[in-house]
Amino acid sequence: MAKNNTQQEELLGRKPPGWLERQLGTEAYRALRGMATNPISVIGTLLLAIFLFVAIAAPVLAPPAHTNDPYQIPRDGYGQVPKPPGTEWRTRQPPLPFWWKAVTGKDNWIHIMGTASGQWDIYYGVVWGTRTALRVGLVITIITAIVGIIVGSVSAYYGGTVDIVLMRIVEVFIAFPFLPAAMTLSAVLTPIIGRGLFPPMIAIIVFGWTGVARLLRSDVLSVREREYVLAAKVIGVSDARIMFRHILPNAIFPTLVWASMRIGSLVITFAALSFLGIGAEVGYADWGQLLSFARDWMTQLGEYWYIVTFPGTILVLFVLAWNLVGDALRDVLDPRLQGSR
Amino acid sequence: MTAPTVATQTEEPEVILRVRNLKKYFPIRRGVFQRHVGDVKAVDDVSFDVYKGETLGLVGESGCGKTTTGRTIIRLYDPTAGSVYFQGRDMAELKGKELRAMRRKMQMIFQDPYASLNPRMSVLGIVGEPLEIHHIANRSERKERVAELLKLVGLNPAFMNRYPHEFSGGQRQRIGLARALALNPDLIICDEPISALDVSIQAQVVNLLEELQEQLGLTYIFIAHDLSMVRHISKRVAVMYLGKIVELTDRDTLYTNPLHPYTQALLSAVPVPDPFIEETRKRIILKGDLPSPANPPSGCNFHTRCPVFQKGLCDVQDPEFIEVEPGHFCACHLVKPQ
Ligand SMILES: Nc1ncnc2c1ncn2[C@@H]1O[C@H](COP(=O)(O)OP(=O)(O)OP(=O)(O)O)[C@@H](O)[C@H]1O
Ligand SMILES: [Mg+2]
Repeated sequence: MAKNNTQQEELLGRKPPGWLERQLGTEAYRALRGMATNPISVIGTLLLAIFLFVAIAAPVLAPPAHTNDPYQIPRDGYGQVPKPPGTEWRTRQPPLPFWWKAVTGKDNWIHIMGTASGQWDIYYGVVWGTRTALRVGLVITIITAIVGIIVGSVSAYYGGTVDIVLMRIVEVFIAFPFLPAAMTLSAVLTPIIGRGLFPPMIAIIVFGWTGVARLLRSDVLSVREREYVLAAKVIGVSDARIMFRHILPNAIFPTLVWASMRIGSLVITFAALSFLGIGAEVGYADWGQLLSFARDWMTQLGEYWYIVTFPGTILVLFVLAWNLVGDALRDVLDPRLQGSR
Repeated sequence: MTAPTVATQTEEPEVILRVRNLKKYFPIRRGVFQRHVGDVKAVDDVSFDVYKGETLGLVGESGCGKTTTGRTIIRLYDPTAGSVYFQGRDMAELKGKELRAMRRKMQMIFQDPYASLNPRMSVLGIVGEPLEIHHIANRSERKERVAELLKLVGLNPAFMNRYPHEFSGGQRQRIGLARALALNPDLIICDEPISALDVSIQAQVVNLLEELQEQLGLTYIFIAHDLSMVRHISKRVAVMYLGKIVELTDRDTLYTNPLHPYTQALLSAVPVPDPFIEETRKRIILKGDLPSPANPPSGCNFHTRCPVFQKGLCDVQDPEFIEVEPGHFCACHLVKPQ
């Protein structure tokens, strides 16, 4: 027997697990190690960390003019013509951040990224808009994921009539083109519940859960036929436990990865709705809104480049960050890509 | 209604599993309304007995319904028709709790060692799960029992906390076997347990199965797709073709005196270790392809490929599966009882 064991040790060819691995468990440890060694995920995670920092530090980076309404972008007058980065504040200047003097040696607050048409401060919009983007993205994603996961797994698990009915409902929703449908619903909801973040968020959720449902359903259907699920049935595992221990953990990762990659594009959709004026109220810190202030100046962007460059770049980086992290997550969380196989 | 009990005679070995006229059809559905347009007759009227302590080999080409037979017996699939008596009880009558209790005595090991273990569970979780859900052992007892089981199948218990992808195919098959043994089953259905393994490992696993059979008094149904694989381990062998068993007898009779033309063709393809016989061995090449089980030929299933096919008989009438000599069953019009 002893000889047999050493043979197996050789076959396995692995060191016994280290401290961190034992604390986290092999799975989580591998995922973490994978994330930490993959350059793509490091870049994505770094970008996300920066966004997270900006969101958390917003009151320090850009102290709000009205502390009870920090998301309101402060404006320096009402003039139509944008002002370039570096212009000094003249009217209704918000409080100077404590680090400003130490860093620049100046006594007065400037428009770091210039002002948009209407004298909205772009810097404030970008900084506080990061909070909006993260909140909106996460809330929409979590709700669509929950709805989609419930519908998808119920559909696949019960099959038969339940499946047919649910999938027909999904098809009805999918039949609408996403952006126009979300736009229309958002526009319909706005007079009912008032202008703000809710109408576009609800609209995106209503037309956004179907993709998750379909993806999860097909993955559950394929995992359901795997031999380890049959093996679980044979040893007498209950249906609920089979679903939660054997099927979902092996079916849900593509869905989670997809959902995380979609946070970026959902924020774009949300920005698009804002851009079209059916999103956040005027002056609410939101990247789409900032871009919409540039609408009248599209032909003169050579001169007023800063009104689209700053919010646009931030939006692109945000989408990129989520995509990179989603990509890396997919590689790391798929156990079939690990180890010997 | 009480389940018919199996009569046991003193000299006859005890029947542990009795399968009668078992059928499993998979419906083919089409269109928006999922209209029923036909059936895949994966298992089509199969009857046989399995005796306690023996190994029954079940052999046939890919797609002939071996896996489906195994899975229907263990009720992973509900049978379309027919009955399965296990230890004298009709499995069809069992539901819920009783079915679960019965299943403890009947286990299965699977074909693909890479698909039969949940990749997200450790070996301890996998082998311990049957103990956990049947409340056989608490946490610490479970660990001990899993260690015992791993030792029993020749694995080092120190690897208990490892995950399936860290093991080789043969080792995984052993883990699957440990899981099946956890509930002390009487019958294990082995669905091509060695087909996916390297030849060098195959013998190890077969030897392990034999040792365990002796040690624990197990009964096996051993599924394989060629006759050479079951020769060593089986006491009796059943040959399947397109959803039906065409011949069933003890191993030696089957290899020396095959009656069904299909069995003869299969055997002619197996190399013989004796060089003299090997030299004179004549291969019977079957013409044509395996017909689809969704649309099986009329009459005898095999008539489209049979070298001794008789028109007017074989393509019209379905041959009965009869005992042509004691313990030797065959389904062929041209094989008459002696
Ligand atoms: N769940 C299913 N639904 C529909 N058809 C099925 C299903 N399972 C099996 N079949 C069909 O039933 C027939 C028998 O399949 P089965 O898997 O039992 O064959 P097998 O003898 O085990 O073959 P192999 O050697 O490839 O494992 C095949 O034609 C197959 O396509
Ligand atoms: Mg099979």
